[in-house]
Amino acid sequence: MFWQALLLQAGYNATLVTVGAALLGVAAGAVGSVMVLRKRALVADAMAHATLPGVAMAFMVMVWLGGDGRSLAGLMAGAALSAGCGLLTVDWITRKSRLAEDAAIGAVLSVFFGAGIVGLTVIQTMQGGRQAGLEGFLLGATAGMLWADALVIAGGGAVAVALVWLLRRPLLLVAFDPGFAETVGISPRRADLILMALVMAVTVIGLKVVGLILVVALLIIPAVAARFWTDRAGAMVWIAGAIGGAASYLGAVISTLAPALPTGPIIVLLAAGVFLVSLLFAPARGAVPAALRHRRVRALRQAAP
Amino acid sequence: MTVALSVRGLTVAYAQNPAITAVDADFAAGAMTAIIGPNGAGKSTLLRAVLGLVPRRAGEVAIFGAPLARVRGRIAYVPQRASVDWDFPTRVTDVVQMGLYRQLGLLGRVHRRHRALAEDCLARVGMADYATRQIGQLSGGQQQRVFLARALAQEADLYLLDEPFAGVDAATETAIIGVLKGLRDAGRTVVAVHHDLATVAGYFDRVLLMNGRAIAQGPVATAFTPDALQATYGGRLALAPTAGQGVA
Repeated sequence: MFWQALLLQAGYNATLVTVGAALLGVAAGAVGSVMVLRKRALVADAMAHATLPGVAMAFMVMVWLGGDGRSLAGLMAGAALSAGCGLLTVDWITRKSRLAEDAAIGAVLSVFFGAGIVGLTVIQTMQGGRQAGLEGFLLGATAGMLWADALVIAGGGAVAVALVWLLRRPLLLVAFDPGFAETVGISPRRADLILMALVMAVTVIGLKVVGLILVVALLIIPAVAARFWTDRAGAMVWIAGAIGGAASYLGAVISTLAPALPTGPIIVLLAAGVFLVSLLFAPARGAVPAALRHRRVRALRQAAP
Repeated sequence: MTVALSVRGLTVAYAQNPAITAVDADFAAGAMTAIIGPNGAGKSTLLRAVLGLVPRRAGEVAIFGAPLARVRGRIAYVPQRASVDWDFPTRVTDVVQMGLYRQLGLLGRVHRRHRALAEDCLARVGMADYATRQIGQLSGGQQQRVFLARALAQEADLYLLDEPFAGVDAATETAIIGVLKGLRDAGRTVVAVHHDLATVAGYFDRVLLMNGRAIAQGPVATAFTPDALQATYGGRLALAPTAGQGVA
């Protein structure tokens, strides 16, 4: 059964879900690398948590309009809307008050998340709505995902990857040296806007697969793991994409076999495993090779006093 | 005198305090000009305003007779000890190839001639052996030379440098001034913020003395006078040049 799922032979639906998750993972790794290099990881976390009230509101609106409330596209639209509000609020607080950005991020993250939890609780008590499955947005649930949902995730992931590929030069140039980027005609503001839009897209697409609590981990962990294997930003983006893609693929496979487990934590733990291996064993920057080099140098010194 | 860069009535303010006020200045094409003045005189601000990095409150800037947007490809800027993350995953040669961005665009492939140009620029600043180093492994002076090489790769006509000699050793300073004189001799225009009054006459053709406002400008022989320096630095200048000799 494991091998069938791994080799995409566990049925058409499971296959599409797995491929969709993998594409999302590639997108998260690639976008996450740019984000980490531009030092925007905290903002992404605030944005991810700020999706929850949007999900709850979208559900209520859809039920109120007579739908069943679980249309993924509708929930994603709500999530994107409230994530955008969260982002604007962080920006507004930082500009209008003397608060540092991290304080603004902490405040926005917890307030929006709290509002979202209240919304979910209200939904639990609602009559008529078929609320089952909404809590899957917290930690991710790929088991039993609809075909159309998987298609949205796969398509969105592919578009995000294509955009990173297309815009990698200006995005990385701004991440490294925004002043220089401006002198060659790249607007850092516009590049940052595009980056945050990509992060938001990955977050919203990833809601169903990894869940909003852990999606930021899928953005950060592959990037920091990839950093151990290369000294070039361009390569780092795609190594991180590969790590994110592999972890998500494997996570989705495991999730088909054990539907009771939430998918997000599985994927994040797999990615964290890659990070740990990188931290320890990457040839140039890993801890073990570094310790070995250190010992060799010391031995040489002792041999030739 | 052909003017490469012309500034008219340029005023820039940070918050409420004017950093430079109504600066008029002309920078001669094919010459090396030093911008000189005390700390806080607005020298860096002048460069940054010319480049559109800080908004200007009033005034006009013309570069080769055109507004900035039309001539971006002809200008290269070397910031003061670039404040970048030195642990950023990028190698020396990658930094130099950033200078090719306008040539390559979004997706243009890096061909052998681009790599050759980058190598050549590194060789001109004496950094050819460091091409594959991660930038964090370099000393301050070496980093400064890499950023100069990036500017060279832009193959610009106007080079704006913000204190290119700050915090570099004598060997690096010699290497950098050699490169800049090479640019000048090839007909390019060089404008640099400079601090060391003792080397002005040896390094530069022309000067702009400023302190919030433009105080004096012209060839070193006529504009770099004790009176002008006195007016620029006020009483704070201990070492004033003797009349008529300039500062050696």
